[in-house]
Order: sequence, then C-alpha cells, then structure tokens
Amino acid sequence: MANLKNVTKKTKAQAMGMHSEVLTGRTQQKFFNPDEAENFYYFGTYDVDFNKRTDLDVKDMTAADANKEIDNLMSQGYGTIVIKNPQGKHSIGVGILNKLNLIFEGSLGYFGIGSCDGPIVRINGRVGWSCAENLMAGKVVIEKNAGSCFGAAIRGGDLICKGSVGARTGIDMKGGTIIIGGDAGAFTGFMMQRGRIIILGNVGINLGDSMYDGTIFVGGEIGSYGSDAVDAELTKSDQDWLKRKLKVAEIGENFDVSKMKKIVAGKKLWNYDNLEPTEKKGAI
Amino acid sequence: MCGIAGLIHRGKSSKVGHELQGMLQALKHRGEDSTGYALYGDTDGKNFIMRFKVGENVGEGSTSVAEDVSVYDERKKIVDSYLSEMGAKIIKEDRILPYSLRYEIEYNKKDLLEFSQKIESIPGVEILSMGKSLEVIKDLGNAKMVCERYNLDKLVGTHAIGHARMATESGVDIKSAHPFWGYPFSDVSVVHNGQLTNYWNNRRALENKGMRFMSECDSELIAVYLAEKMRDGASLEEGMKESLSGLDGVFTYFVATKDSLGMAKDTMAAKPLVLYESDDLVAMGSEEIAIRSILPQEIDTYDPFDGEVKVWQI
Repeated sequence: MANLKNVTKKTKAQAMGMHSEVLTGRTQQKFFNPDEAENFYYFGTYDVDFNKRTDLDVKDMTAADANKEIDNLMSQGYGTIVIKNPQGKHSIGVGILNKLNLIFEGSLGYFGIGSCDGPIVRINGRVGWSCAENLMAGKVVIEKNAGSCFGAAIRGGDLICKGSVGARTGIDMKGGTIIIGGDAGAFTGFMMQRGRIIILGNVGINLGDSMYDGTIFVGGEIGSYGSDAVDAELTKSDQDWLKRKLKVAEIGENFDVSKMKKIVAGKKLWNYDNLEPTEKKGAI
Repeated sequence: MCGIAGLIHRGKSSKVGHELQGMLQALKHRGEDSTGYALYGDTDGKNFIMRFKVGENVGEGSTSVAEDVSVYDERKKIVDSYLSEMGAKIIKEDRILPYSLRYEIEYNKKDLLEFSQKIESIPGVEILSMGKSLEVIKDLGNAKMVCERYNLDKLVGTHAIGHARMATESGVDIKSAHPFWGYPFSDVSVVHNGQLTNYWNNRRALENKGMRFMSECDSELIAVYLAEKMRDGASLEEGMKESLSGLDGVFTYFVATKDSLGMAKDTMAAKPLVLYESDDLVAMGSEEIAIRSILPQEIDTYDPFDGEVKVWQI
C-alpha cells in the first residue's frame, strides 16, 4: 500500500482542496502539465504524411497480418493507405491511434475500424456488425449499408453511413455523432449516455430505449419509443447544427431538417430520482 | 454462436453442394461441432429420397451411446422389411457410412406420417429427410470434413441451406445437428441460429397435438412448429410470420421447401444475417464472408431488419 502523509498545500489542485496528501517513496504523484505536453508519448502512434500514399492488397492476408502491415506502413510515414480486396474480412483497420487517411475499396466484416482514435476512414462498400466500436476521434464514412451495433460505445468522432443500418445503432454511445442516410433498425440509441444520432430515414421499434442522455434526430417514421425516450422541441440552433453536420457529412444536402423529430431522455428512470422501488416501475 | 448459410438460384441449377460447403467453411469459427446440409437436388421427381441413420456418431455431451456395427446391420434389415411391408420399393441403396444411408424409394402414398412413424419405431433409427428433392446430410466436424465424408461436392441443384454448429443447449451428435426435417412434410428443412426460451412449453403443446420431436435441441422446435402450422393449412410464409410471436427468444432461421427458401429474424434482431439479392441468385449467411466465398467480386449486401420475414421462389 502506498505511504500517505499530510503535506502543506502546494499545488493548485491542493489549494482548491481537491486533495491533501501526496504519495511518497518510489511511487510518484503525477499531474498533467501543459509545459511538458511535448514530452507526452502516445504509445503506438506515428507521425504520418498524408501526401505519402500506398496501396495494400489484403486478399490473401489474415486480419492480424493486414493490421500489422497497416501499422508497418504508418511507421514508415505513409499517411494515405488504400486497402484493396477486403472482401468482408473481420476486424481490419483496428487500433489506429493517429491521423491517417484510410480508404477501403470494398466491404468489411465485423468489428472493422474498432478502437480507433483519429483516422479518417472511407469504406466504399458495406460493413458488418459493430463497425467503429469505441471510436474516440476521427471520421468514418460508409458508402453502403451497415450491420447491427453500428458505432457501439463511441466516445467521439463522426460516424456516417450513407445507406441503412441494423439494430442497436449507437448502443451505449458516450459521445460523438452518428449519421444514417437511410433507415435504422430496432433499439437505436439503446442506453446511450451522450452524443447525437441523426437518422434521415425510418427507425424501428424501441427507439432510445433506456437512454441516459444524448439526442436522437429522426427524419422518417418511428416504429415505437423505448422506455424513457421522449419528444423534445427542435430548436433553431438544433436545425443549424443539423444542417452543418449533414453538409460536412456530404449526405442529405437538400433534406428539410425543420421537420425532423428530436428525441431525448425523459430522465425518469430509477437512477435519476429518489423514488421507492415500487414507484420506479411506475416511472418506466 | 452458430453459423447459418443458404442460397437459391433462380432459373438455373448449380453445384449447390460445393457452394454451400464454401459458405459454411467460411463460418467454421462460429462452430464446428457438427455441420449439416439441406440440399435440393435436380431429380425427376418420381421417387422419394430418404436419408436416414441407424446409429449415432457420438460426441461430447451426447445422451446417445456408441454401438457396434452389427447393431446397425440388424436395424437396416428391419428398415428394409418395414419398407417392403408398407409397399415401398427400394430403387437404389447407398450405405455412405456404417450408420448413415441413402435410399431412393418408390412410394405412392402422399401422407408420410404413418410411413415415418413406422420406420422410426425401430430404436436408434431416425429419418433425417424424406423428399423428392431434399437431402439432409449432417454429421460431426466442419463443413469440409462432412462434405468430403459424404461426397457432396458434385451435387447439383437449385437451392440449399446449411448450419455450422457450436453445441450449447444439447450434446454433440447427429440427432441434435441441423438442419431439421419438417417432419412429416416432404422436402421441408430448417436451420437456426439462436436460442428459444419457450421451447418446453411449445414442445409440450405440440406433442399433445401429435407432433414428433427426435432431439432435445431447441432448434428442432422451429421445424415442428412450422410443420404444425402447415398441417393446419397455413402457407410457409404465414407460418413463419406467426413464429415471430409464437417463438420466444432470439433467432434467425432459414426454411427451405422444394421450390422456395425463406428467412425470419426475431423482433430483437439479436442474431446476425447478411443478405445478397440479384435476379438470378439470393445468398445469405451469418456473416458476409460466407457470401464472399461464392461471390468474391464487390457486391451490395444488407442486413434484414427486426421481425422481417422473406421468402424467395426458384
């Protein structure tokens, strides 16, 4: 166990009363210091040049080998990589933590572009389940359709599907924006905690079920609302934001955003109040 | 987690055995305890093809016991005598494995219930399929192993469905493997990916109505459920639509008949399915890589939505 002792308040955080002890001994207490930011090292990232471009044919490669080769190319400074013949393979383009132009000439299988932080990805085909899961930052554009669990648990970035998506889009999302040009399946926005989802087409049953927070915009028909998902007023600033987002996403250029529905969390689920257990059921 | 795949050629025949083998082998990571094929071959439609087993290939967790080949021989003799008693004439006989047989038989009665009950009254004997086009082949191992063991590569037909199984609800053996024949309907077969949570309630109700179950695999319920609906006059598509509320749990399943192939997805959309449709071919599988095994070129595919039922004709 770390050795703790009370010390005179020295740092700003300590002065604010956030804590009053420091770790001593071999363990060092560390705080982020902007002056030292240049010394910060993000493991597994590379400085790449967008003008340095190459192709990679993954037809006869396993997903692991393809990912290793992408990593190898980035380590050589390639900033634009075109993947040929992905042919629906799973788990390609994962764990990219730096800026990169990544273009797939074809379709991906499951878990494509998972756990990424920063790349700009364009997929000229479709994607299977759980595309861009845990995306932290960057932009992912899918030209055709996507499977279920699209953008599960994303924290940031823009995720755009120009076609239709399956069920549970944006499940557990904690930030970022998901834009769907076509229709979306059941349980869209299930348990979402933050971020925004835009669906230009129709959406299936149980929209926004058990959502904690965040916003869902729907252009078409809604199959049904999930627990605690409620309508909200579409404001002028919402409409301005939607127009900007759709323009940046190169999707729905002439779409009339003023007729979109806005859905948010009613915040009446048990974790938002002090209701007794018997009353919580009534809230749902 | 299991894998299912299917394809239907419209307006032509193809080497569906070879094609389905490629699709199922691409899904072998979803389960290779057993693999099954329901192939709809080109036939003259005169005689029935009966695929049946006279013993089990016993794997892990199976409630069956391994038996001596002499027992199989004895059972086969009884099957032959029963066929003769019922006026069924064996036109061609293939004993592919000691426990697995394929008979081409001339049998003129339409109702297969009495026929099937008689044959399956022999302990250890199960009809895997009975039809004028359908042949169900299933055994332990992955798609390639089963295909080679049963020489399915050259089978030509119009459509097929198949299953790569990871055993969860029941043991590893042939009786629990998919596809399931839609007993006692000629040429009906089913494969399923998922779990059915009202299996026992439905099974008890269906058994009380005289329907037959051969395994304790929850997926068999779908075949029996649809067979019962069809027995009561419903079309295949009507039965499938009713199953969305009648069956509880998560499921994606395929059903095939002599001239059609259908898919159904539960209202939770919890099990994956990718579809490809063109004028002359419809292909589907749990993952796109299954479809890619027969269509390596760039294609447009999509996921069906929750509660969706589709049926295609050859």
